[in-house]
Order: sequence, then structure tokens, then C-alpha cells
Amino acid sequence: MSRYITGRLAQGVILLFLVSMAIFTIIHKTPGGPALLNNPDVDPAVAREFRQALGLDDPIPVQYARWLKNVLRGNLGKSYQHSLPTTRLIAGRIPNTLLLSGTALLLAVALAIPLGVISSVYRYSAIDYAATVTAFFGVSVPIFWLGILLIIVFSVELGWLPSAGMVTLGAPFSIGDLLRHLIMPAAVLSTFPLAQLTRYTRSSMVEVLKQDYIRTARSKGLSEVLVLSRHALRNAFIPVITVLGVLIPRLLSGTVITEAIFAWPGLGRLAVDSAITRDYPVIMGVTLLVSGMVIISNLLTDLAYAVLDPRIALR
Amino acid sequence: MTAQRAVLAPTLPLVRPAGRGGGYLWRRFRRNRLALVALAYLLLIHVVAVAAPYLAPHPPEAIDLLNQFAPRSRDHPLGTDESGRDIVSRLIFGARTSLAVGLSAMVVAMTVGSALGAISGFYGGAVGAVVMRLTDGALTIPTFFLALLVLAVFGSNITNVVLVIGLTGWMVVARVVRAEVLRTLPQEFVLASRAIGAGDRRILCRHVIPQALPSMIVAATLGVAYAVLTESALSYLGLGVQPPTPTWGNMLTGAQHYVWTKPVLAVYPGVVIMLTVLSYNALGDVLRDTLDPRHAGS
Repeated sequence: MSRYITGRLAQGVILLFLVSMAIFTIIHKTPGGPALLNNPDVDPAVAREFRQALGLDDPIPVQYARWLKNVLRGNLGKSYQHSLPTTRLIAGRIPNTLLLSGTALLLAVALAIPLGVISSVYRYSAIDYAATVTAFFGVSVPIFWLGILLIIVFSVELGWLPSAGMVTLGAPFSIGDLLRHLIMPAAVLSTFPLAQLTRYTRSSMVEVLKQDYIRTARSKGLSEVLVLSRHALRNAFIPVITVLGVLIPRLLSGTVITEAIFAWPGLGRLAVDSAITRDYPVIMGVTLLVSGMVIISNLLTDLAYAVLDPRIALR
Repeated sequence: MTAQRAVLAPTLPLVRPAGRGGGYLWRRFRRNRLALVALAYLLLIHVVAVAAPYLAPHPPEAIDLLNQFAPRSRDHPLGTDESGRDIVSRLIFGARTSLAVGLSAMVVAMTVGSALGAISGFYGGAVGAVVMRLTDGALTIPTFFLALLVLAVFGSNITNVVLVIGLTGWMVVARVVRAEVLRTLPQEFVLASRAIGAGDRRILCRHVIPQALPSMIVAATLGVAYAVLTESALSYLGLGVQPPTPTWGNMLTGAQHYVWTKPVLAVYPGVVIMLTVLSYNALGDVLRDTLDPRHAGS
């Protein structure tokens, strides 16, 4: 097991290396350069000096090697736009994004699994019908539009919830205030995973409930709760875990959109801003972080398989 | 193995495996009302997109600053937006851009995905393994994130948007096609055909592709839904198709600035995006059930 994990982590490091090299080459190779140096207010001579100081005129492999050497020492460079170390800039945003995406994921899992199970057990009932149709809308609705609609209803019309930010500016920090800001973004971000997980849990459960061992379990007199939880759900989880693995990269994409709608100060907005201003160190830092998060979550997904299904041997 | 089969081959009837006619599929398809509604909506919206210049009451980019936020009227059936542009006309021309981007991106994704999937399934071995590793690797990258980055760096014109969406959506297609190829190759009619001397190309074109086609059609249909949704999200963030060219996504960017005063502006484009994505998803699901009876009834 520990050998398997080490091997996977090594693969992950190689993947990170390849992704960072590709992104580094793409962003440096395109004409233009950092927005900071294209500012018409900056004296061209100063800009040239700056370029030289940053080493932007060196060949790309040289620049990449220098960047990599610094990264290995834990130094991601200094942001062009914010004149702050990239590590500090990113570290300041991580908790915000984790809070948002963690809440959304939790919400999705906590609601989708019971919904999917109920749907499959009472197949073709009114509840099943309602859940299926809602889930179908859920995977098709553009989440940024849903976000705007929620703002219109709960902020504009009813005035119940704040439409932007993480805390009320100028007010003392309180958990209640944070939660009020969190409700809508988390709901919007959880829509797609919630809907998709409900669909997969339902169809996976429907398959499992047809199996012989379920009939066996019932005929030996186990209670329905036990049959569902111990026999059906555990087996139904395996395909659901696969979907969860695919949903995590998608959740991170969703944070970009959600943070844009609700002006949530997280990594997604940092990513968009740094891409637009060509803030190279920040782009690279966010890319590394996000790819690393996805690689680790994929590893966790595969480990979860092995725990759920002893037939799967990790090699 | 192949030699053994070759002896048996001549005794197999030399006819194509029993196919089902289009009439049969249509009868199965027709039974599903949801699918019919989705199909009707999609036909309508595509006709509208093609005939946009004849249907739109106004030019979509005609600014009329004296007529901002006009209410609904005979002249402007859904009113006008923040620049006095006719909303119906923008939705109609937006259908053009959004659907053209969606369909082209799907073609890109299908081409790349089926080529890679077919290669890895057909040739197997080291090549197949490398292609599948590549696909798995691509699936772990947060693609939307990458799409944003590439568009911000390379600039957002329609070609780039199509390429970026297409090149982030091929992985599922590659997996589907590979699975179909692997399923088809060991079947007896393929072995028989190989035994009577058919080359790789003939086997691929006459046997493998027809077998894989149903799954590819389903993947393509769901691919359009993904592409339309992604285009609208990118355009909403200002990194997709650029104004003044209307798309459903960038109409929402404009509308979001006025949610406090004119919330109704934000409703129309979203409804159209959702109906379109919903219809393509529904069509894909129903086609899967129709073309592949194994999926039916769950």
C-alpha cells in the first residue's frame, strides 16, 4: 500500500513538472508580456531595465530552469502586480476557496446520496420523478445564471442575503455574517455536483438492487435498512466514487465562475486576474497548486476504491 | 487464435450482422415525449440561428441610446438592453454564435477524440498505452481553468474559443471510442472478415466504425451540451466571444451590471442557454437508451 502511494505521488510530481513546463512555455512564448510593462505610463527605458532585471529576455529554457530552482527552494517569486511574494498572495486566498468549495462539496454529498437512494428505492414514485427532473435541470443550468437569479431573488427583491464579498466591510467579524455571505455561492457551486451525484447514485443503486445478493439478504430476513446500508449502498458507492473523482476538477473550475459572480476573494479570481495581467509568477503558482490539488484528490479517490472494494488490489 | 478462427470463417454466413432499420429506431425514439419536445426545440432554435438575418426585427448591434431599457412593445417584443439594443434580435443572433461555437467545438472534440481512441484501441501495445495515459492525464487537469488561461494569454477570438473548448472536451470521446473498438475487434464477424483477407482499413471502416457509431452519436450530442455551456461561461467571464458580437453568455455579463435596476434582462439569455443545454442532454440520454437497449429502463 505505501509503495503504491509513493509510486502515485512520484507520478504526480512528474505530471506537475510536465504541466508547469507546458504552461510556462505557453505564457512566455506569446507576444505581449506582463501588463505592468505595457502600461503607457511606464517609461520605456525603465520597462526595459525591469525586463532585464526579471530576466524576461533570456531564452525560455533558461528562465524555466531558474524558476524551477527557486520553486524547489520554496520560492515562487514575487507578483508583478501586487509586489508581494506569490506564496503569501496565494496562501491568503487558499482558506477562502477551501471554505467555499468544501462547503459546496459537503452539501452535494450530504444531499445527493440520500436523494439518490430514496429515488432508487421508490423508483417511479412522485419523489423519484421530482428528484430526477430536478437533477436533470441541475446538470444543464449555467451556474453563473443561477447565481444571478439567486442574487435577484434574495438580494434585490427580498434583501435577505448580501450579493457580494465574504464579510460585510467595516463590520466586526462574526460567523453569522460569514455564513450569510457563504450561503448563495456555496449553493450555486454545489448545484452541478449535487445533480450529477444524485443521478449516478440513483442509477448505480438501481443496478445493485437487481442483484441476487440483495434478494439473498432480504430472504434471510435482514431488515430493509440493513440491506440498503450494508449490502446495497456499499456496492453502489464504487461507480459513485469514480464520478466524485471527475467532479473535483470540475468543482475547481466552478469556483472560478462562482467567485466571479459573488466577488468572493479566492483563488479563482486570483487566477483570472493574474491571467489577464500576465502576472507570470502568480499564474505559475496557481497552476501548480490547482494541479497538485487535483492529483492528490485523484489519489484519494483511488484509495477509496480499495477501501470499498477489497477485490481491487492497488498496484 | 486467429489461425483457428480462419478455418471456421468460411462456414460463417457472409452477410452483415442483422441490422435494425431506421424505422424501428424512430418508433422506439418516438415513444419518449421528452425526446420529441427536445428535438422540436432544437430544430426550432437551429432554424432560427440559420435564418437570423430574416427573422430578427432589428440589427443586433444597433445602439439606440435614446431608447435604453425600453419595456416590451410591438416593436421590441422583449424590450431593449442597456444600450437600447433589441433583446429579441440579440437572442436570435446570439443563437447563431453560440450554436456555431458549440457545434464546431464538438466537431473538434469528436475528431481528436475518435482518432486517438481508435488508434489506442486498434493498435494497442505501447502506442495504445501512451494514448490512454495522455487521456488520463488530461482528465486530471482542471480544464476550464486551463481554457481561461490560454484565452487570456492568446486573446479571445471565435477560433480560439472553439479550439480551446474542443481541445478540452475530447477525453470522454477517446475513452468511448476506444472501448467500442476493443469490444468490436474480437467479435467473430471481424475475425471472419480478417480471415477472408480484409486489411486494417477495411475492417476499421466497414466493421469497427459502424459498431462504434451509436456511442459516438451519443457522445457528440452530449458534447454539444458541454460546449454550449462552456462557451457561455467563458463569454460571461469576458474571455469568450467578445462584444459587440452577441452570444447568450456575454449578454448575461452586460445584464449582471443592471440586476439591481433591470433584473429581467438577466432572465432571457439564461433561459435560452438552459433550454438548449437541457435539450441536448435529454436527446443524448434518450439516444443512448434507444441505440443501446442495455441502458434502457434504468
